[in-house]
Amino acid sequence: MSKNLLALIVTATALAACVTINIYFPAAATEKAADKIIDEVWQKQPDQSPAPAEKPAAPNPAASSPAINYPTGETK
Amino acid sequence: MKSLIKLTIVLFTLILPAYTWAAAATATADIEINTPAVAALTQSMQARYAQLAAHYASGAVGLTADGFVAVHDTSAIPLAERQTVNALVTAENRDRKALYHEIARANGHPEWADDIRKTFAQRWLLRAQAGWWIEGGKGWNKK
Repeated sequence: MSKNLLALIVTATALAACVTINIYFPAAATEKAADKIIDEVWQKQPDQSPAPAEKPAAPNPAASSPAINYPTGETK
Repeated sequence: MKSLIKLTIVLFTLILPAYTWAAAATATADIEINTPAVAALTQSMQARYAQLAAHYASGAVGLTADGFVAVHDTSAIPLAERQTVNALVTAENRDRKALYHEIARANGHPEWADDIRKTFAQRWLLRAQAGWWIEGGKGWNKK
């Protein structure tokens, strides 16, 4: 009977260890996630560069108008 | 004694696949940050950074080793602005605390909040701009 009890304790310990391994904190993945959020909050390079790039994009509506081919556009 | 050996064998047969699965799950473990709450907190902190950036640069506000911000040099803040800066620091810390807890909760492990805070603490310090003040183990230091 005491052997069975010992076996039970061993089983319980082994299973508990198994669960502990399963919920191991993913430190590396968290670092990557943290970097992503920090870059967003502090607006690092990837967020800053598209802002000036938007200015040249502004004449785009005008660029689409030549498709209409107004002849008056050439007189000016 | 024989039954104990038998049981040990049975146990190993049961545990080995579970162990392998757990190891595989850990290797591919990812952290979920694409939730509306995390996005809202990030947005809120990003908006606040517009006001805080000058205070980080002047040394008025610094980063703490435990993943938060604190007033470092009150004399660097004009008297009229001190209350505003204090409010900014309090609000920023409230958002950061909520962020750490929200990420833990979103990943189904609320008990990870402290580990997440510690990871963020390292990354905030590492990615801080040169000239900002950082609170290390031996007090405040300029990065």
